[in-house]
Amino acid sequence: MNEALRISALPTLRLLTCGSVDDGKSTLIGRLLYEKKLIFDDQLSALERDSKKFGTTEDDIDFALLVDGLEAEREQGITIDVAYRYFATSERSFIVADTPGHEQYTRNMATGASNADLAIVLVDARKGLLTQTHRHSIIASLLGIRHIVLAVNKIDLVGYDEKTFRDIVIAYRKFAEPLGFRSLFAIPLSARYGDNVSAPSARTPWYQGAHLMDYLERVEVEDDRRAAPFRLPVQWINRPHLDFRGVAGTVASGRIAKGDPIVVAASGRATTVAEIFVADERTESAEAGDAVTLTLADELDIARGDVLSHPDSRPEVADQFTANVIWMSAEPMLPGRSYLMKIGTRTVPASITELKHRLDVNNFDKLAAKRLDLNEVGFCNFATTMPVAYDAYADNRDTGSFILIDRLTNATAGAGMIAHGLRRATNVHRQGLTVTREGHARLKHQKPAILWFTGLSGAGKSTIANLVEAKLHARGVHTALLDGDNVRHGLNKDLGFTAADRVENIRRVGEVAKLMTDAGLIVLCSFISPFRSERQLVRDTAAAGEFIEIFVDTPLETAMARDPKGLYKKALAGEIKNFTGVDQAYEPPDAPELVLLSGEASAEALADRVIAELEERGMIMRL
Amino acid sequence: MSTSLPPHLRRLEAESIHIIREVVAETRNPVMLYSIGKDSSVMLHVAMKAFHPAKPPFPLLHVDTTWKFREMIAFRDETVRRLGLDLIVHINEDGVKRGISPVASGSQVHTQVMKTEALRQALDKGGWDAAFGGARRDEEKSRAKERIFSHRSAAHAWDPRNQRPELWRLFNTRMRDGESMRVFPLSNWTELDVWEYVQAEAIPVVPLYFSKVRPVVERSGALIMLDDERLPLEPGETPRHLRVRFRTLGCYPLTGAVESDAETLDDIIAEMRASTTSERQGRLIDSDEAGSMEKKKREGYF
Repeated sequence: MNEALRISALPTLRLLTCGSVDDGKSTLIGRLLYEKKLIFDDQLSALERDSKKFGTTEDDIDFALLVDGLEAEREQGITIDVAYRYFATSERSFIVADTPGHEQYTRNMATGASNADLAIVLVDARKGLLTQTHRHSIIASLLGIRHIVLAVNKIDLVGYDEKTFRDIVIAYRKFAEPLGFRSLFAIPLSARYGDNVSAPSARTPWYQGAHLMDYLERVEVEDDRRAAPFRLPVQWINRPHLDFRGVAGTVASGRIAKGDPIVVAASGRATTVAEIFVADERTESAEAGDAVTLTLADELDIARGDVLSHPDSRPEVADQFTANVIWMSAEPMLPGRSYLMKIGTRTVPASITELKHRLDVNNFDKLAAKRLDLNEVGFCNFATTMPVAYDAYADNRDTGSFILIDRLTNATAGAGMIAHGLRRATNVHRQGLTVTREGHARLKHQKPAILWFTGLSGAGKSTIANLVEAKLHARGVHTALLDGDNVRHGLNKDLGFTAADRVENIRRVGEVAKLMTDAGLIVLCSFISPFRSERQLVRDTAAAGEFIEIFVDTPLETAMARDPKGLYKKALAGEIKNFTGVDQAYEPPDAPELVLLSGEASAEALADRVIAELEERGMIMRL
Repeated sequence: MSTSLPPHLRRLEAESIHIIREVVAETRNPVMLYSIGKDSSVMLHVAMKAFHPAKPPFPLLHVDTTWKFREMIAFRDETVRRLGLDLIVHINEDGVKRGISPVASGSQVHTQVMKTEALRQALDKGGWDAAFGGARRDEEKSRAKERIFSHRSAAHAWDPRNQRPELWRLFNTRMRDGESMRVFPLSNWTELDVWEYVQAEAIPVVPLYFSKVRPVVERSGALIMLDDERLPLEPGETPRHLRVRFRTLGCYPLTGAVESDAETLDDIIAEMRASTTSERQGRLIDSDEAGSMEKKKREGYF
């Protein structure tokens, strides 16, 4: 093998740098690259130029500018986003995630941690442990990092004092005890002057340990994935012609060999492996990390999202489980709201059924909470609309992790790490019913539906819904009417008007409406229901085509002028909080089945429009 | 062969295959930007493996500025023929009519019109919602901060402050109508990884990467090759014949050669290990100012 290949054949170390702002993370990486002669001449001359323009180190080169790549970062002198650096020494190659210290960018630190094996936690020797030190260490631990380097930086600014170093190390060890790190290596250094970075420093004679580079080149971070049970999340079915049907994906853990028995986790169907391709090469076996295509002895029903495993060590399969969640969106996480969960190669609608507690990342306190805001960490119960295969995150980072996607903005709203399944999901099976929903509907000679009237308070929803129900009743159609004000006197009398309670209000109403459609009824629901996601949740709950969203569109000024219950007046006077249209937003539907412009016609005429729409859709007979 | 690769290349290859398969599984209409250089060659090679024994289920797109080296175009056509793939070539005809060229209009206007605008035209015309690109994070500072799945607005703009967090191997591919993704399967490769992989897998690359005596003139400190008669000599300028090669390929009047004796892949890898300059040094379009790549990307550049 030639020299170039031999050198990089050593295992790659994926690490991240974290710690509080101004602790010198970017400076440390820049210094490492500089001392290992890994900065190119043209980069160095650009750096010297930039140091004069943006630098914060007087006449010296400001190494932070080497890694702070975005204009906003250079202008503000801070790291906003995670940056990846690649370098190789004669011993090993490295991928470094340089992550932001500022609290509002904590989600980016979690991003860097998700693929790292080791974290360098920087501490400013003058300041000791700070909130961000705790927060980042806990996030690193949550994300499964097991090896920590505690870098006590700026040791030059405390006169290379041994006691300062020792005190910080003692405090950190005490704090980190419950975090489950397997190794903790502490080192005094100065990123700015290079002490103990890539050579032992004469200014810290009291420190006998390895310098940073020496440690990083030699540290062993065992790859547990190969030893774990076999998991293959199916990415793609490769079917170029009738004689070839391949199951393609990346082996998440374990090993697979030709002839091995396998099962599809969700269905339990079994077969054996006929052929294995690693990329395009036919092989006898494959292991964790390989991108493979398998052909199977029997034609099984397998699709993207399935997980293949050995029959004797299968993943869990459940539709309810608990997980730690890091919230990454400015929109708060609300229990009951529906998100898309991407877990492995499967994407399913999911909601948080209960927020058990929020974690105070400074001291591990479990706090009661009704929602999670940006950068907060919580422990939650989840329910998915179909069972999914998973492992505990502690056992498998690939099959135990998921992201939550906001269904309206498509933003990645949260990241989750599964703790365990919930027994109630595994043991509570649905009771098969003798009289089906079709049976109920047939007896009534009608098609069940949910007519969902949404709009501002005072828009005219209840008035129109009442008229529609009267007209349906007159035609002999079996109906029920759920009205926002009425259910709050009974079913939902324990709920208030905060965003979290509004979500739960609509979830319950949606479930009740669904039960009534199971009984064959046409259900009229009249609710402000200000949030798109909850209306979407009810739509998802309903059978296909049975959810008719009717937007009663009234300008806010008109609704305020009508003010039938005098509520706007009170809200504007500050006597009612969280009032839609006043201090809480109304999100109009994107694509409702019907829009009623309530200023333009009488309630009677608008009710007729609804009847006509139902006829049009074949939900009731034309007269 | 994948299993005889050194471990770090085997992992990089697997990661790139995973990314490419994910795009095909989750987007409606993907396309692969093929720019003929070494990175594109590696990306295409990995894509061929990802769907074996099938062919990649997407076409290649080359945005031709009409100023590429002649050897690049010959190599492009030969590659497509050899692999039996679909290639779409897009030229900004409006730019051609306006007489835009790196000689007459300068590098900034030429790049804006014939690359950035041309790319936007091509993507709009094809209705592609995902486009693979061969960019690597080690190339340039703003690329170091870009996601593997880089979300673009309906106007193709990149918003570096509002990127989706990318955790584990879970890529959020959701987008609205009109929006698109730029996807970079080689994000985690370095220039050295690319050459080692080219060597290990015996991947054909454009001969311009290898040293040969070529006619060049020196401009603004860069060695510019006279690839055809369209580059007029400045007063007092005479072409010199030097042993040169290219570390990166683009429009020939904007791409600097380096003096080198590296005639084989072994030579190139040995030269790289001893190198003290970065590969983009030869790219005249990057050096206008520090934030220039970020600026171009926000406007829709790859």
